[in-house]
Amino acid sequence: MIEFKINGRAVSLDIDPETPLMWAIRDDIGLTGTKYGCGIGLCGACTVHVGGRPTRSCITPVKDVIGAEITTIEGLSPTGEHPVQKVWRDLQVPQCGYCQSGQIMTAAALIKDIPEPTDADIDAVMTGNVCRCMTYNRIRDAVRTAAAAMKEEATNG
Amino acid sequence: MLRSTLSALAIAGVLAAGGFGLYAYHGALPAITAAERPQFAPEVIEQGRILASAGYCATCHTAAGGAPFAGNYPIVTAFGTIYASNITPDPKTGIGSWSPEAFRRAMHEGVDAKGRHLFPAFPFDHFTKMTDADVDAIYAYIMTSVAPVEEETKAPGLPFPLNQRILQAGWKLLFVDFGRYVPDETRSEDWNRGAYLAQGVAHCGACHTPRNPVGAEIKSEAYAGATIDSWTAPALTAANPSGVPWTAADFTAYLKTGAGVYHGVAAGPMGPVVHAGLRELPDADLAAIGVYLGAETGGETGAPETAPALTASIAAGQPDPAYRLDQGARLYASACASCHYNASPASVSAARPDLGINSATRLDDPSNLIHVILDGVAANEGAGGTVMPAFRGALSDDEIAAIAAYLRADRAGLAPWPELAAKVAALRATVTTH
Repeated sequence: MIEFKINGRAVSLDIDPETPLMWAIRDDIGLTGTKYGCGIGLCGACTVHVGGRPTRSCITPVKDVIGAEITTIEGLSPTGEHPVQKVWRDLQVPQCGYCQSGQIMTAAALIKDIPEPTDADIDAVMTGNVCRCMTYNRIRDAVRTAAAAMKEEATNG
Repeated sequence: MLRSTLSALAIAGVLAAGGFGLYAYHGALPAITAAERPQFAPEVIEQGRILASAGYCATCHTAAGGAPFAGNYPIVTAFGTIYASNITPDPKTGIGSWSPEAFRRAMHEGVDAKGRHLFPAFPFDHFTKMTDADVDAIYAYIMTSVAPVEEETKAPGLPFPLNQRILQAGWKLLFVDFGRYVPDETRSEDWNRGAYLAQGVAHCGACHTPRNPVGAEIKSEAYAGATIDSWTAPALTAANPSGVPWTAADFTAYLKTGAGVYHGVAAGPMGPVVHAGLRELPDADLAAIGVYLGAETGGETGAPETAPALTASIAAGQPDPAYRLDQGARLYASACASCHYNASPASVSAARPDLGINSATRLDDPSNLIHVILDGVAANEGAGGTVMPAFRGALSDDEIAAIAAYLRADRAGLAPWPELAAKVAALRATVTTH
């Protein structure tokens, strides 16, 4: 049995320990917000948080997350009101939307690590999240705006 | 004259053989029943649990998927594969019939209850330094808290004559200084406590000290670094290649959490040493080990964020159009930078490590870096609770070699590793027990 926590809920899965975490999340747990993109950890669509760190779930064997706490796009905010999600809507960032859950998960972690990112910082961290619709300028705007909003939130306590 | 010389030599030979026989011979110690074991106070049992963790006994005495301490974990040596013993309190196949004296003899002298010499994969050359009280505490823990499991230990896969246990006595005579830890009065109490733990129960030298052709640690090269299970156990001396020298506090934090902010994480064989092991020690003991190892590496507490290796690596990691020309830099930008990019030394953390200063990038041998790229770091290793994905199925040998070469040259500024792609291929084919 493979046991871990996902979005605060304990799960126990009887599956091959080598199964990529992404398929466990989508097919066995039934949370389909996490997307399958390239399957080789190079496009970012499958990004979830493991222990608060952005992680490519398509190349993470499920045996490696035993005992860990995982957050998917469904659990980032119970109401979908994480500052990055709000900005994503306000700026109408997505076009087709396939990559956005991975983009948002990476962006949320980026702002936590680097609270005032420059454009160079955003490019460096977000390069691993590919957007086939080329909405990169809006993604960069959204990260900047969300970072400012989160800083404001932190300052206002 | 010739005859008398020969006689003298013959007599000397007989005496030497007899002396060796006396040295080598150990009788069986009487078996006892569970009811005959002494009673142990709860605090002694708890002390034993902590020490058994600090010696990470279960790591080698538990086979993959097997019951804890039931043995049969394969230890691959240059001489053949031997199997760790069942040390559960099962009277038939484990050590349930051993008296405290028999257990002490095994730990201190490397001789089992029947009087047979144990192979030195069991690090009695370290445990000999432990006090009777500490050894007895481990005995108390095993006998009271470990479930007995009936499981026959497999016979060692050693060729003749290496399988002749009597020869171990000669090995011991040549290479082992038996006896309890003797404090160095010129050092502090903390240093001595750290030395006692590191040289004794934690047996750091078993992996971090190179061994001679017959498998004994080379005392003059203590902690100089060695290879273990196709990983490198880095030097724990001033020769450690980390970009920011290890300090006492770094060692203490690493052994408690599994991650050094500026050095790397406990992965591969080191994973269980921290996570199933040393972190159980009380903070004062971890601090003492830090003092001891910190004195070995000589790292001085300063401002790691200004270390030249770190600032150089971060500067070289900033986005630069040049990366379009280099396959390793390109792959790094898309596969690695998301988690490993840092804007400045301020954002470097155990969760966002800089790879230019990491030991794995700076060792003479690329194995540790390649292992981690291939197989990632699980939640029960490294910083604990977080993972690094496994790129084994995602990147080719050439691609992994390109990333490693980029880190080595552009980020660490060190001489290139030779034959990288071949090394990746070899390690990809290696099945490790970790």
